[in-house]
Amino acid sequence: MVKSTTKDAQDLFRSLRSAYVATPTNLKLIDMYVCFAVFTALIQVAYMALVGSFPFNSFLSGVLSCIGTAVLAVCLRIQVNKENKEFKDLAPERAFADFVLCNIVLHLIIINFLG
Amino acid sequence: MGGKTEPAKSESMATATTRSPDLINSSFFSFKSLKLKTKQQELLLRISILGLVYILAFIARLFSVLRYESMIHEFDPYFNYRTTLFLTEKGFYEFWNWFDSESWYPLGRIIGGTLYPGLMVTAALIYWALRFLRFFVHIREVCVLTAPFFASNTTLVAYFFGKEIWDTGAGLVAAVLIAICPGYISRSVAGSYDNEAVAIFALLLTFYLFVKAVNTGSLAWALGSAFGYFYMVSAWGGYVFIINLVPLYVLVLLITGRYSMRLYIAYNCMYILGMLLAMQIRFVGFQHVQSGEHMGAMGVFLLMQVFYFLDWVKYQLNDTKLFQTFLRITVTSAILVGGIALGVGTASGYISPWTGRFYSLLDPTYAKDHIPIIASVSEHQPTAWSSFMFDYHILLFLFPAGLYFCFKRLSDATIFIVMYGLTSLYFAGVMVRLILVATPAVCLISAIAVSATVKNLTSLLRTKQKVSQTGSTKGAGSSKASSKVTLDQSQPFQKNGAIALLVGVFYLLSRYAIHCTWVTSEAYSSPSIVLAARGAHGNRIIFDDYREAYYWLRQNTPTDAKIMSWWDYGYQITAMGNRTVIVDNNTWNNTHIATVGRAMSSYEDEAYDIMRSLDVNYVLVVFGGVTGYSSDDINKFLWMVRIGGGVFPVIKEPDYLVNGEFRVDKGASPKMLNCLMYKLCYYRFGELTTEYGKPPGYDRARGVEIGNKDIKLEHLEEAYTTSNWIVRIYRVKPPTNRL
Repeated sequence: MVKSTTKDAQDLFRSLRSAYVATPTNLKLIDMYVCFAVFTALIQVAYMALVGSFPFNSFLSGVLSCIGTAVLAVCLRIQVNKENKEFKDLAPERAFADFVLCNIVLHLIIINFLG
Repeated sequence: MGGKTEPAKSESMATATTRSPDLINSSFFSFKSLKLKTKQQELLLRISILGLVYILAFIARLFSVLRYESMIHEFDPYFNYRTTLFLTEKGFYEFWNWFDSESWYPLGRIIGGTLYPGLMVTAALIYWALRFLRFFVHIREVCVLTAPFFASNTTLVAYFFGKEIWDTGAGLVAAVLIAICPGYISRSVAGSYDNEAVAIFALLLTFYLFVKAVNTGSLAWALGSAFGYFYMVSAWGGYVFIINLVPLYVLVLLITGRYSMRLYIAYNCMYILGMLLAMQIRFVGFQHVQSGEHMGAMGVFLLMQVFYFLDWVKYQLNDTKLFQTFLRITVTSAILVGGIALGVGTASGYISPWTGRFYSLLDPTYAKDHIPIIASVSEHQPTAWSSFMFDYHILLFLFPAGLYFCFKRLSDATIFIVMYGLTSLYFAGVMVRLILVATPAVCLISAIAVSATVKNLTSLLRTKQKVSQTGSTKGAGSSKASSKVTLDQSQPFQKNGAIALLVGVFYLLSRYAIHCTWVTSEAYSSPSIVLAARGAHGNRIIFDDYREAYYWLRQNTPTDAKIMSWWDYGYQITAMGNRTVIVDNNTWNNTHIATVGRAMSSYEDEAYDIMRSLDVNYVLVVFGGVTGYSSDDINKFLWMVRIGGGVFPVIKEPDYLVNGEFRVDKGASPKMLNCLMYKLCYYRFGELTTEYGKPPGYDRARGVEIGNKDIKLEHLEEAYTTSNWIVRIYRVKPPTNRL
């Protein structure tokens, strides 16, 4: 039972890896950005667990800015990915402009909220 | 339509040459001479209809301004007016950090942190814009007319929303229906300067932008809906409805298998940006991450990430067996982690449970047993059938018809409007005040019913023209809508049936318009602060006692005087009388209100001690015995007893009742006949003859002769009674010298 589960997991891992290598570079770039943002958020949460959450608005604004920009990058990835049928007539420049606009708004709010 | 313009063109050619001198007369009202194409004609029609609806929505709300004067109505709007005045005089920084020591003496109130600033900031912006254009209006005029202005804007948003859900016809009907619907008018007449005036506009705008974002999958529209949500959060506490309805809608879409990338983009962008924007309002604070009412949204957010991840893995793998194992592992672990987190959060108290105000919506009996202040407000009572009929009229039975049409053509947008309609109607059944929230949904769904029905009927009618114009090619091809409809040969009277039904529809709509105008005129246009009645000869008598009393206070009492009254009048006293009050309509401190309630229901000596401890200088009571005004303090007295008794067990409700009955005549309980409220209301009333043929001291509001006519006050003296005895003010005498 355990052996079959581990074998399944290994198969899973291998096939995922082989499929991922085939994705285009621009999408991999966005994925790296998402991973970086989530990693930063995790570091902030670990720091908060160590020293406490006193200026809670600062903690929230830090974490939410990371999560927010990660989510927006995922949205950009969706819109730019050529294999998504729904977005094939959306120009990638328009998608990127939306992404930049939302990020500007997000960071302006964060600056106000940071205290 | 194309067949019609051809002969029209030739006709206009002929008329133009022969009638050139009076060109102004000929081209004024005739579409044909303007030589417009069909599309332009339709656009012109639509714009003119929307323009007329815009003006109609504004005008229908002006009854009270025309009948009385341009003043602020009710109680809560006076607080909003006072804060707006403060904002325009002192600026935004002072307003945002305002601590008010003129209410809730001696506690004070942090106004900057406990109000929803949207309404005040909106009115102030309009005021500053008008001043910039050199229109020097008074801020009161702007406040009075803010609600009708935003009602007009709501009709425009309703048009666009209807267009998004169904088509332009439904949008137009929705705009018309919502312009005059009494459910909306009741809280947005001119003078009703309350949060709902802008909140319904913000609500509909947020929903429209969100549905547009889900339909198009564009980040820009989702950003717009986040800003709409921010406006809603800044305007009204009812934003909790949005933050629960939208996740519920997303959940329903996920369950019905309509997960799509557009939904992911729309919800995530709106949630993150909306949550961050909402936390900028001090009153809301960190509730989006700490309060139980907002956890649904967060849960759905995490669920969406799980869905997206699973979708991506499924796409990468292209192998169902592996994917199944992966699915099993992920789903179980996600549910486990989510459940544990929620459990730990709720058990440790970090995630606060649902507050009483919103919990009583889920369990309507909760407020009556546990929170008498919420139960005592008349707007929070469950809705009677008659209220539904009164506020909605024909929309009540058009709503199920619209639901049928929505289910026939299910899409992401129609699922949303169905959910909005059903949930808001449920809540409208629990609390009268929430009929307002249900109104846009009911109007939109009814508009779908009306538009679809009228479209089907008229297309039945127009097939006749298609049959007769067999020769003209233009006629056959241009009528797109009717080309798919063919006459059923087995039913020869379809034409007549269609005409009869159309006449029926127009008759219903005209009755609706008449009903709405009548309701607005009779029921929803009274300012509450000025009362009107018919005299013996049919002439109108105005009772302006409230303002008379408040201005007496303003002009005849020292500036640091403290006024004790029941909390209903607090905002008005502070705004118009400009004096410090003990409790007001904010009702944020139940114990303080209970103290006042205890003072009003105790004997004069005990009440005097309480009043001395609160530094009270004047006591204000409202009495309707002379005029027959039934919303006075004696009728509210039992609530004072209940609220006071809720905190101080020494006040027991049965002491004031006789056999469970509330009486003020000779058979009343002795505690009732000697308590402070009774004495203050009926002081010197025993000498007054109020009605021909009745003994002196006949209380016209209760319809009985009062029991205790010989009232002597020891620690208070009468300072002022208004001309119709509605408001009575007493001065608290300082303690006698000790010998």
